[in-house]
Amino acid sequence: MRYLVSVIDDKSDPGSTDRRPAISAFNERLIAEGYWVFSGGLADTDAATVVDNRGEQAVFSDGPFVESKEYLAGVWVWEAPDLDVALKLAAEASKVCDRKIEVRPFL
Amino acid sequence: MSDVEEAVTRAHQGEWARVVAALTRRFGDLDIAEEAAAEAFATAVERWPADGTPPNPGAWLTTTANRKAIDRIRRENKRDDKHKEAQMTYDGPPEPVGAIDDDRLRLIFTCCHPALAMQTRVALTLRMVGGLTVPEIARAFLVAETALERRITRAKAKIKAARIPYRVPSAEDLPARVSGVLAVLYLVFNEGYLATGPDTDPLRHDLTAEAIRLTRLIRALMPGDGEVAGLLALMLLTDARRTARISAGGELVPLDEQDRGAWDTGLIAEGHGLVRERLAAAAAGVAPGRYQILAAINAVHTSARDIRDTDWSQVLALYDQLARLDPSPIIALNRSIAVAELDGPRVALAAVDRLEDELAGYHAYHATRADLLRRQGHSRQSRAAYDRAIELAGNTAETAYLTRRRDQLR
Repeated sequence: MRYLVSVIDDKSDPGSTDRRPAISAFNERLIAEGYWVFSGGLADTDAATVVDNRGEQAVFSDGPFVESKEYLAGVWVWEAPDLDVALKLAAEASKVCDRKIEVRPFL
Repeated sequence: MSDVEEAVTRAHQGEWARVVAALTRRFGDLDIAEEAAAEAFATAVERWPADGTPPNPGAWLTTTANRKAIDRIRRENKRDDKHKEAQMTYDGPPEPVGAIDDDRLRLIFTCCHPALAMQTRVALTLRMVGGLTVPEIARAFLVAETALERRITRAKAKIKAARIPYRVPSAEDLPARVSGVLAVLYLVFNEGYLATGPDTDPLRHDLTAEAIRLTRLIRALMPGDGEVAGLLALMLLTDARRTARISAGGELVPLDEQDRGAWDTGLIAEGHGLVRERLAAAAAGVAPGRYQILAAINAVHTSARDIRDTDWSQVLALYDQLARLDPSPIIALNRSIAVAELDGPRVALAAVDRLEDELAGYHAYHATRADLLRRQGHSRQSRAAYDRAIELAGNTAETAYLTRRRDQLR
């Protein structure tokens, strides 16, 4: 079962910025234990572009599709047998990243 | 009620959760299990009056429900992808946690999973484990049936899509998960004990009885768990006072004014027995949790034949123990009532006033202040506090009581 694991940061109350070494170590463990499928941190939401080509011509808009205080700062994809396993790892991930984590199953 | 009707009711109370749980394990799908169980019971209502009650109603219901489930899967042509559909994990031979291995426990833990919202857990538990119908649950919690139906449907979909496992949690997760289950049952009980709706009965015996029934079930499944025993004792000792809590005029009767002769001695004896069992465990070094301490406080109250015989110093000692475990303002507020008995209303009021920031929106905070001010002869301030408490109280019997107390002030 695959889960999209989102790291959520808050613009008005951001998590600490020194988490990289801890995240690397945590990733090593995810890989060793067979949970890791993919991971990546994301550039600031200002760097996002939204494309809408449902009409006559493609419209490009600067910035994210939704402006909010909380935003997606990074993602993982994990392979886990069930939600309990994923939630336990997510609880660790939240400490490691010093941020909130959302766990969402793939279809 | 005819014999057959009684047999169906008994079977429903005794077997519903067992049937749903067994089907969930077999078909890996709460939806199929719930629907097939409901159909099996409907068939029983139709058939038993004519054919007589089967010698083993539980087995009859399980077999019938199994057939109904298979029919449905065939109908929907799910034979081939049934296993793909079945998202609930069932880990082959179950790992027994201690000596417990029961489908119903798996069902309870799934319905009370921490990934589900509290109200969802309550609705799902009452439906899947308690066997209450959607209209019954909707009435109990004053929500629209359609909204509740949606909530339950969404929950079942989440359990499936996110793969919430169908199993008893591992030993290391068990205490946290049990406390999640107990929180659900306590919430159901409290809603019955002090119903919040302005248009409902002040006491909802259907809800308190259901909460007690489900807690008894968990107690039977987990006899070694101290907090389960504590919660059951707390419910029994509270429910024992039921008939004395509401006056003939529909007013809430506080503990100090209750007719103690009207208390249910059978429930009190059972509750005291459970508390004694946990005291023995505590003496052997097992630290009691909050439900056990709350039960012990209620045991002190129900041991006194007269309010004047109440051992307030023991009540206070227990509240101190509870406050160390859970430093919540509500516990501090209840503790102040014992303080008032031991050190007088002035000392207690000083303690209560310190809670204003946290409890300004809670009716019991203002009701407690009103009473402590009244006892010191501060009528004007007491009246203002009663006014605020009446504004915030949701329970009809409590509003009636507070209004009378306010109107007695000079």
